[in-house]
Amino acid sequence: MSNIIDGKAGDRLLITGNAAIARGAIEAGISVAAGYPGTPATEIIENLGKAADAHNMYVEWSANEQVAMEVAAAGSLSGLRSFTSMKNVGMNVAADALLHFAVAGTRGGMVIVPCDDPGCSSSSTEMETRVFARLFELPLIEPSDGQEAKDMVKYAAELSEELHVPVILRGVTHLSHVSSIVELGEPLHLNRNADFKCDGPMFDAESGVATPQPMLVKHEQLQKKLHNAVSHFEASPFNVYTGPEHPELMMITSSICTSFCKEAVRSLGVEDRVGILKLGTTWPLPPKLIERHLSMASKIFVVEEVLPIMENDIKSFAMDLAEKIGIKKFHGKADGSLPTVNELNADLVVTALAKILGISHEKSVPASYTQLAKQIAAENVPLRGMSYCPGCPHRATFWLVNHALKMDNKQGFVCNDVGCYAIDLLPGGFQTSKTGLHMGSGMGLATGFAKLDKFGMDRTVFAASGDSTFFHAVMPALVNAVHNKANVTLLVLDNSGTAMTGFQAHPGVTYGASSQKLPSVDIASVCEGIGATVKVVDPFEPEDALQRLLESVEAEDGVNVLIFKQACTLSPEKKHKQMFDMRVDESRCLGENCGCDRLCTRVFRCPGLAWDKDKGKAKIEDAMCIGCGFCTFICPQHAISKTRKEIA
Amino acid sequence: MSEGKLRQDPYNILVTGVGGQGNLLLSRLIGLMFMKKHYNVVTAESFGATQRGGSVNSQVRISAKESCSPGIPANSAHLIIGLEPLETLRQLAAYGNPEVKIVCNSRPIPPSSVMTGEREYPDHEDIKQWLGALSAKAWLFDATTEAMKLGRAVYANIVMIGAMVGAGDLPIGRDDFEAAIEGVLPAGEIENNFKAFDFGMSICLSDDATCRYFGD
Repeated sequence: MSNIIDGKAGDRLLITGNAAIARGAIEAGISVAAGYPGTPATEIIENLGKAADAHNMYVEWSANEQVAMEVAAAGSLSGLRSFTSMKNVGMNVAADALLHFAVAGTRGGMVIVPCDDPGCSSSSTEMETRVFARLFELPLIEPSDGQEAKDMVKYAAELSEELHVPVILRGVTHLSHVSSIVELGEPLHLNRNADFKCDGPMFDAESGVATPQPMLVKHEQLQKKLHNAVSHFEASPFNVYTGPEHPELMMITSSICTSFCKEAVRSLGVEDRVGILKLGTTWPLPPKLIERHLSMASKIFVVEEVLPIMENDIKSFAMDLAEKIGIKKFHGKADGSLPTVNELNADLVVTALAKILGISHEKSVPASYTQLAKQIAAENVPLRGMSYCPGCPHRATFWLVNHALKMDNKQGFVCNDVGCYAIDLLPGGFQTSKTGLHMGSGMGLATGFAKLDKFGMDRTVFAASGDSTFFHAVMPALVNAVHNKANVTLLVLDNSGTAMTGFQAHPGVTYGASSQKLPSVDIASVCEGIGATVKVVDPFEPEDALQRLLESVEAEDGVNVLIFKQACTLSPEKKHKQMFDMRVDESRCLGENCGCDRLCTRVFRCPGLAWDKDKGKAKIEDAMCIGCGFCTFICPQHAISKTRKEIA
Repeated sequence: MSEGKLRQDPYNILVTGVGGQGNLLLSRLIGLMFMKKHYNVVTAESFGATQRGGSVNSQVRISAKESCSPGIPANSAHLIIGLEPLETLRQLAAYGNPEVKIVCNSRPIPPSSVMTGEREYPDHEDIKQWLGALSAKAWLFDATTEAMKLGRAVYANIVMIGAMVGAGDLPIGRDDFEAAIEGVLPAGEIENNFKAFDFGMSICLSDDATCRYFGD
């Protein structure tokens, strides 16, 4: 069966937007691709890693988004086409680098693909990246479906190469994770030699050194490039109008919202009253095209996710043009037709459109039906809340941390970070963690809190980090803590991979994006080199781990690092392997009479442990238990036993 | 019925279950079956924060005309493929309607609050009654036991595809299933996949359904 790596031109595949973008990179002749994993963008670089050999690419998972941007830029500066991709907030990490490459100028086509997450289905914030295009004066394009997602990568690479500026192609969750039918084009192998020319005049984009200097000259150059982008955009095939010559209402939209607009017009049957201008090139907006379409209708409805960015841009055009084209009535975010948080959908756009047109639009489902369905669900269907997997080492680690901080009795808390271990903040965890923000935030915040002792703060502070997060953003904060003599403990929950996004490589593992063997960087050695006191513990050896935690708490000053090393239960190395056979000794389990308040099932809450209602005792749920053995430690009656399994 | 038209266009199929059950494979197979018949297919998945054991759903939209927007509009599912009873009930307020058909695997996967004894898993007879009350027609049957007879619980997903075809709204048949799995499912398991498919199809064709019309 055909796939995105060896599929031929003309093949039609049912693929996700991310796979389409990866294929687009193959068809754009991209030679260098780098990124850091993050939902919803992860599968783009993942797919390219698999395609690297077949299409002679260099693909890497970088330590963070800034490094990825730099690795990609080196490719571009050497005349190759290059690519980087990240999730929405990853753009913040890469932003400083992007700004400087924007001003300095690029050579081989360079495509930047941030994937936004309207609705935050897997992000800490709803931040969108379209503003970066305005802020850094870069061209921005937005595909409306899988086919365009693929085709636009090539368009972006060619435009970038012609203008000598990075081009941003913005995705969203409902593009990345939606599968549709995409017709493949021809893979492009440019077979260029990499050569970094740097002996020309400083301001020369082709041969000068790579720098924003001379600053004002380069800034002016950048603005000229953006101006040139406009003439391309005026004629772009990705800007399409469908509808009557003189519609009563002009909908202006972009990205996946295009499909919501089409569905709204179709389902209300207003094709003869409403036109849709779908924009693929959304910054800088092409003024002639906008003017032409604004002139066609007196009412304008801008549909976009999430903030009214395009709406405000178009309003400013309308203001300048008012004398010529008349005063327009605008609908969109500002007048409350559409919400300014969360992703859009066809229902929201249908309702808004009906209201603007004064059409009655009633739900076809009787209220009695939805009431009954809601009632049945509310009364009988328990939630499946976010919690640790059975046998997750993070559950064990936080159980021990929680105990150590309670024994310390100084209102101790953890500054958490970004990864599966952030579940500790939620009801599914033990809520020992009191902060959970951006990548690397745990260590920096913990250091700050630890430095407040002279203002009366007397609480024990721990920072938490994962292994991938450690390399991504924690290292500078650790250096800072050592240098500034913060009395703080960093817990590195090392589960051997970027587990949350699906085990992508990071500098601590022995493989790369294309499964090639690579040297791993040892976290303990790094921390020792920085000057911290380092201990490596196994969360499944609880007595030892708890002892080390208590020592850290008692340590008077300096930075302690405790590395809790235990691979993720779902990791390829561990999957389907059971270390111990677990049993509950029913004669020892006292059930509700124990006084432990059913610690194992109510508090520890590993799905491998269940409550046998008939017997009034705990039991092992064999279908879920992975045999980590940790729960023998938690039962006050020692009713849970473990027997080592013979592993063949 | 491997020829003919979609009863509704677009036709909306919601696949719902618990993370790790096989939602992704199922929606992909359904999509491939229709793509090979030259329909437009769009499937939207919930992934990301949905970890193993969480509620997940896939939304498949099929049209003989143009490509649809991703995501099924409110209360507009035509067919719900439930891989787990509670997850099926959970989605009905958002996607159900009196005309919806439901094929549902009756094998429960208890949420953690049930495992810990804080909540009860609803009684099979109640589930049957609720599904019936909230659909035009619902088939609730144990696909997992049948799958285990074939050696692996994952065949339950193929049983559900057979049931989808058996439910009778769609212009596809066994030959379309055969075309879709080629190169997607392991060649050595083709026979078992057919057995699973046929079982699912027979369940719905036999019309042995928990059949109730809303409002009766």
